[in-house]
Amino acid sequence: MTWLVPLPVIMPLLGAALTLLMRRRPNAQRAVSVTVLAATLAVTIMLLALTVNGETLTVAVGGWAPPLGIVLVADRLAALMLVVSAAVTLCVLIYSIGQGMTDREENTPVSVYHPAYLILTAGVTNAFLAGDLFNLYVGFEILLAASYVLITIGATKSRIRDGTTYVVVSLLSSLIFLTAIGLIYAATGTLNLAQLAGRLDALPDSLQLGLQGMLLLAFGIKAAVFPLSAWLPDSYPTAIAPVTAVFAGLLTKVGVYAIIRTQTLLFPDGPAATVLLVAALLTMLVGILGAVAQSDIKRLLSFTLISHIGYMLFGIGLASDVGLSGAIFYVVHHIIIQTTLFLAAGLIERQGGTTTLERLGGLAKLAPVLGVLFFLPALNLAGIPPFSGFLGKLGLLQAGVADGGILAWLLVAGSVVTSLLTLYAIGRVWNLAFWRTPRTATAPDADAVPGRGMSRLMVGSTVALVTLGTALTLISGPLFDVTSQAATELLDREPYVYAVFGEESP
Amino acid sequence: MSPNLLLVIVVGVLFAAGVTLLLERNLTRVILGITMLGNAVNLLILLGGGYGGPPIVGVTPEARMSDPLTQAMILTAIVITLGMTAFLLAMAYRSWLLNGHDDVQDDVEDRRIVQLAERDQGLADQDTADEPSAAGAGGQQ
Repeated sequence: MTWLVPLPVIMPLLGAALTLLMRRRPNAQRAVSVTVLAATLAVTIMLLALTVNGETLTVAVGGWAPPLGIVLVADRLAALMLVVSAAVTLCVLIYSIGQGMTDREENTPVSVYHPAYLILTAGVTNAFLAGDLFNLYVGFEILLAASYVLITIGATKSRIRDGTTYVVVSLLSSLIFLTAIGLIYAATGTLNLAQLAGRLDALPDSLQLGLQGMLLLAFGIKAAVFPLSAWLPDSYPTAIAPVTAVFAGLLTKVGVYAIIRTQTLLFPDGPAATVLLVAALLTMLVGILGAVAQSDIKRLLSFTLISHIGYMLFGIGLASDVGLSGAIFYVVHHIIIQTTLFLAAGLIERQGGTTTLERLGGLAKLAPVLGVLFFLPALNLAGIPPFSGFLGKLGLLQAGVADGGILAWLLVAGSVVTSLLTLYAIGRVWNLAFWRTPRTATAPDADAVPGRGMSRLMVGSTVALVTLGTALTLISGPLFDVTSQAATELLDREPYVYAVFGEESP
Repeated sequence: MSPNLLLVIVVGVLFAAGVTLLLERNLTRVILGITMLGNAVNLLILLGGGYGGPPIVGVTPEARMSDPLTQAMILTAIVITLGMTAFLLAMAYRSWLLNGHDDVQDDVEDRRIVQLAERDQGLADQDTADEPSAAGAGGQQ
């Protein structure tokens, strides 16, 4: 069944080519994109079903044997990420189609949107499946190149302004990543992750630390880890709602995935774990304090996004079975919830004409459905039982307590404070936007399209994601089983290396 | 097979110049900086591949070949940098069309927060000057 592995990359790329050819026929474009992403979702689910028993699927692209050729690896972690990302991208695509239909494509030039969106998906899946560092870099570049197009779509003044920050910062992180790749190749003579796992151990500690630092710097920018996070709230909020949603849900998590992969496989026990823990604490606290200070829903959500990246780093930094498992669970939870919240924010913008809290009000009466769609994922994010946010945080807290170090206890305290402050920030949005008596004079934002209302597709796809996010609670038992097995497998390292090289492990 | 000293120096200079240009406000200079950094990284990867003859069977004896893999990687990196540079140039042009310049501008929200802070400061100064205070006006959201 290894032929399934490259499909999640190939299908969206082919779809992108097709949609590019059909740029004058929006309906055909929509049909192709939805079909391609639905097929991708089906393939990723099959991949997860195959890998969940511990089998790791590998494909040597073009038949070139692993150390030299490109190898794609689908293990539990990769397959899990693939399924979640495919589900989220499909829902967001349907949402954006709904938005494009009501807008009559004034604000969203659909001809560029669909190819760029599919290429973004291909980049994300390629990064998840990459079995060597250079392919990981290429995956990042594919998704970033597509994201540059998506974030500046329409090329209005504000989008160009915010896009510039985003593009320049992303390019810088890519260059740092590429430099790290050059140095790692010079030091070890390979970029294959499985081979590096053995060869990096042989290097002197200081050199290992330097290389690890460069990789962490590059991935830290992409994952928006404090102090490398300032670009995010500055650039995400101005894009169109579905784009912001998919960026917030997926792109930072690809960075987190890269951190998990390289930390566990390449640098299993280095002093960098302490740095990660400190960064996690600062990311949580600074992020959430930023969110409390915001008066715009999209910016507020961007700050909660940064802050909750801290939780994942917390789990990774602990470097224990339980911690890593909690981190992976949290990634899954957060991809879905953060995307849902941004989609709901998009709906708020369409219903209220703005996302500024000063001017919103009375939405609970105007649009009760929207209230539910915002309230459920918001509580989930804040970690109210019995939602998956609570379960994920509980898993991490248990891991922190089990670790028992001073820093771990500090992080446990920090996590609880962050969770409470998230609840406060979310509560503020709820009070001001939903419960307050409506203001009469609501001048709409320049970018917003007021009075368009929410189309059925937009609401439907948001409902689907809210349901998925809520259903995580129901499947949390099996999900935790998968994440803890994935964590054990990652920390063991042997299964990955064995899967790539078979008997003749280098 | 020690690396070529001249190339090492060139890489260093390119990195330094690239970073300096990257710190500029003007987007065109930022683009030049990124191009320089890209070239610096490519040369760095080339150096990592070792020094030797062209890696073609029959032209160079196998022991004296340079590493073809690094060259393949550089090719990929060059193509990517080219695409990104083109996109950045388009953005700089668009920015120039819209604003009449291509300076990277301040974050609007940041500026607003600074103004808020300044206003709070001003109000606090007034409060100390005359007692009837403007209650609540400071923390206005």
